[in-house]
Amino acid sequence: MSSVLDTASIRGQFPILNREVHGQPLVYLDHAASSQKPIAVIEAQREYLSHYHSNVHRGVHALSQQATDAFERARSTVQYHIGAAHLEEIIWVAGATDGINLVSQAWGREHIEAGDLILITRMEHHANIVPWQMLAKEKGAKVEAVNILADGTLDEKDFQKKLKLNPKMVAFMHVSNTLGTINDAQRLTKMAKAARATVLIDGSQALPHMMVDVAELDCDFYVFSGHKAYGPTGIGVLYGRKSILEAMNPWRGGGEMIDVVSLEHGTTYAELPHKFEAGTPHISGAVALGVALQWLTGVGVKSVMEHETVLSAQARHQLGKIDGLRFIGEAPSISGVVSFVVEGVHPYDIGTLLDQQGIAVRTGHHCTQPIMDHYEIPGTVRASFGAYNTLQEVDALVQGVERALKMLR
Amino acid sequence: MNAELQTRQEEIVEEFSFYEDWMEKYEQLIEMGKELDALPEQSRLDEHLIRGCQSRVWLLASKDENESVRFQADSDAIITKGLVALMVRVLDGLPPKDIAESDLWFIEKIGLDKHLSPTRANGLNSMVLQMKRYGVAFQAR
Repeated sequence: MSSVLDTASIRGQFPILNREVHGQPLVYLDHAASSQKPIAVIEAQREYLSHYHSNVHRGVHALSQQATDAFERARSTVQYHIGAAHLEEIIWVAGATDGINLVSQAWGREHIEAGDLILITRMEHHANIVPWQMLAKEKGAKVEAVNILADGTLDEKDFQKKLKLNPKMVAFMHVSNTLGTINDAQRLTKMAKAARATVLIDGSQALPHMMVDVAELDCDFYVFSGHKAYGPTGIGVLYGRKSILEAMNPWRGGGEMIDVVSLEHGTTYAELPHKFEAGTPHISGAVALGVALQWLTGVGVKSVMEHETVLSAQARHQLGKIDGLRFIGEAPSISGVVSFVVEGVHPYDIGTLLDQQGIAVRTGHHCTQPIMDHYEIPGTVRASFGAYNTLQEVDALVQGVERALKMLR
Repeated sequence: MNAELQTRQEEIVEEFSFYEDWMEKYEQLIEMGKELDALPEQSRLDEHLIRGCQSRVWLLASKDENESVRFQADSDAIITKGLVALMVRVLDGLPPKDIAESDLWFIEKIGLDKHLSPTRANGLNSMVLQMKRYGVAFQAR
């Protein structure tokens, strides 16, 4: 099996991959929790902080203008990357969680009333569950979840059935962080829109791995985190359809988001997108996220996905031979996430012994407890792949799991 | 400090010094986990769970006829069970006051604090804290 990517050249761009863990070379298979950063991204942040840091949109001085230019250029990079029609549809947020909270609080408080239904799915990350539960509790609304099938695909019949209950909001993940399931987001959005629901898609696990086009998806909101897409932590994006964002009131108040502030006559708000960006934003993060997306485009998102598919298929092929090992999530359309459990062995024990061998995986419920309830398991071991992973690392994982099991069973 | 507690800690430090790498130390922990009797199902109650561990850890304590604290513990993960077995071995059967005031220097000495992932180390801290709490509680009675 050969790779579609020049992984040697890619790996050379990730300084962290040279380090050792517990005296072993690092095998980083926790991309789905957070990706490592290429030099281009590290440099972009360093360069910004070393040469043109200043506050944005305010100063008359040169630094402030340079910072503002870079900040807004990054915004337009995001716009083109996800195919948004308008620049002002791109709102900087702290991450996907922050974006969903913004929508649930700003849009939700205005549109959700007592008795209304918010429809999510059983595979959602807690970030796309809890904000809706909080809103529902406040408003006396209901949150219902669409079932998943045994292999981890979304139960479309159940989705159809629950759409008949006329949910006001339908919020679902594009790609599952635990199961790897790639939802047909375009189709689901079309179905939800036909039921006249507003649609939010959590794209955290999709954007780093596949082409995302919000115009094609035709969703109302799309959120993702920068740090899972080779960018820094603390920065993410909320895409919102312009007409909806314009009609929404701000969520957080403060500087940057105002037009006129008067203690006598009240305050008027700034135009989009600044209306939703109260306070000084994470400027260096936004600039570096722009660079991360350019980096990803340079490598080729399609090639990255093909590469990750080769790695995860190989991992599944080899791990599948281990006695008592069961995959959690075997949808036909699946990302580079491989979740598994082993009969009679706690995932945490496997994860701990892999760590001792320098192999970083995640264990536990992956912030998706309803999935664990569904499969009646305490958690899974999850290996997840990125552009810099190799087939040798898949071998290391398989050998590491075998060694761990020899000790544990 | 309680002389018995000192001796037990010294013994463990000596035992662990025989192992060259951490995989061997883990093998030892796993063995200790396997040797610790499982709690009967009726004792595996949520009220005995220790918070702060990724796996489930149950810890029960009682006072025997000599006014010493007796611990029982279990976990659904074997390495964690080994860890809690290690803690039971160090503190079981000591007077409440000595448990409450114990200085568990062996943890750092054998490098457990460094070699466990933060979540696991939290679990270990929670175990120690809970055992000391029992010491305090039994002292008061």
